[in-house]
Amino acid sequence: MAHFPKPEEGSWTEHFKIDTGPVSYADSISPEFYERERDAVFRRTWLNVGRVEQLPRKGSYFTKELDAARASVVVVRGTDGEVRAFHNVCRHRGNKLVWDDYPSEETKGNCRQFTCKYHAWRYDLDGKLAFVQQESEFFDIDKSKYGLMQVRAEVWEGFIFVNLDPDNTTPLKDYLGKFAQGIEGYPFDKLTQVHKYRAEIGSNWKLFIDAFAEFYHAPILHGGQYEAGEAAKIKKYGYEALSYDIDGPHSMVSSWGGIAPPKEKAMVKPIERVLRSGLFGPWDAPDIGMTTEQLPSAINPTRSDVWGMDTFVFFPNFMLLVWRPNWVLTYHYWPTSYNTHIFEGTCYFVPPENGFQRLQQELAAVTFKEYGLQDGNTLEATQTMLERRTVDEFPLCDQEILLRHLHSSTQNFVREYEQKNSKTPAG
Amino acid sequence: MGNVFPAGFEALEPFADWAVQGEKARYAKRVSSTMEELQAFYDVAYPLLQKNTEYMEKLSLEGIGEEDKRLLWAFCALVTVAFPVEAWGQPRVPDSGPSSIDAIIEPAV
Ligand code: FES
Ligand SMILES: [Fe+2]
Repeated sequence: MAHFPKPEEGSWTEHFKIDTGPVSYADSISPEFYERERDAVFRRTWLNVGRVEQLPRKGSYFTKELDAARASVVVVRGTDGEVRAFHNVCRHRGNKLVWDDYPSEETKGNCRQFTCKYHAWRYDLDGKLAFVQQESEFFDIDKSKYGLMQVRAEVWEGFIFVNLDPDNTTPLKDYLGKFAQGIEGYPFDKLTQVHKYRAEIGSNWKLFIDAFAEFYHAPILHGGQYEAGEAAKIKKYGYEALSYDIDGPHSMVSSWGGIAPPKEKAMVKPIERVLRSGLFGPWDAPDIGMTTEQLPSAINPTRSDVWGMDTFVFFPNFMLLVWRPNWVLTYHYWPTSYNTHIFEGTCYFVPPENGFQRLQQELAAVTFKEYGLQDGNTLEATQTMLERRTVDEFPLCDQEILLRHLHSSTQNFVREYEQKNSKTPAG
Repeated sequence: MGNVFPAGFEALEPFADWAVQGEKARYAKRVSSTMEELQAFYDVAYPLLQKNTEYMEKLSLEGIGEEDKRLLWAFCALVTVAFPVEAWGQPRVPDSGPSSIDAIIEPAV
């Protein structure tokens, strides 16, 4: 019952030379593996921490908690307009430099200098130490040696990334590879209407990516979101992607358009009918200065007329979804332990021109949230049962290729990092 | 005291408590309501939205008045309430247990 063609090898998984055997998920239930992952993955790779719109002016800043990398960073736009990132730690006695009432909560704002709450050391927007309280009491302190610890920060298409590895010299664009190159030119800067959600999830971070890197579960887990007759039809039809692609540790899946707009209005819920919107976003796409056909080449790579959306997984924890009706959704998964993480989902729309468009966007955002609640809670059940280790081998189908790739990429990163840094010489 | 909502939306007045700013607050109200309460609000708000899509299309968000703002919030609440009424048959998402996803950044209006 194939709906879309597959590569010559007969499957996507074999085409990309990915193993087809059962997987164990030992990488998602082991505290010990999590510690290795923190060093090999989260302290070495480029992590997306936000967008340039969050830093509208000189002196605009925000903090980001990167627990998995054992870091908190402050990202700031300097007086020269450049985006910089620093470890959020004061050089005097190690207090957390930028925070509001609760040190563990992220914050944002605008300032000319960062002032430590403890003894008022001050740092300028470039991280230079500008003021030491009772400087004469110190022992010939050389202020130029005590600036904030800088973290590499680079911007791709308005997305700000940091890399905590001082020895990593790979430029962001090289790291992001061919998908990022093929997305360049998409007018992200026009999508400034933001709805952002956050959840604490009781599962390993990779298991939630698994849930969003395949749509094979949608007709089942989310079946209740469709009209009853429609749900049965969709279940029978199953799910197949238009195409999959792999580039280094990154991957993507291109999907057909589903029900936006539906062939018959009876297919969708009354609220979708009246608002002409739903999971796929408002059915009428706003003007973003390019037609669907003109979208950059990595988007709708098969140039299918039934294309609906693409999901890009940028390793390790940043996902970008581009929807046909000209809006974007991003997902981030921030590990807090081997079996917990913070999930963030952010919807970006062209600012609505009227009350009706505002409601259309509300429906799209809220629909995403209702789905997410079903996914998030299911994952806690998965995590617990995996941890029991009653079953330790799980088969995966061809529509689950991105999951296999994520887990094996993570294991490769850990293995390679440990080999490179092993104290015992080879042989 | 004047009306909560603009002229033409008087039927919504008994449901003025649904004109809540923010998805997080609207969701909290949804899950602390009974299905009867959700259904009663839906039964009045849905036909009103259906009849007034043109009004909403003409409603500029720039310099939006208080009454229109509350109307928009009430219809946003309708969006939130539509899930239990049209799909779930219960205020909470089925199988969502204790989990929550909270709005942390939202449009000003
Ligand atoms: S720890 Fe920051 S000024 Fe003392
Ligand atoms: Fe899902």
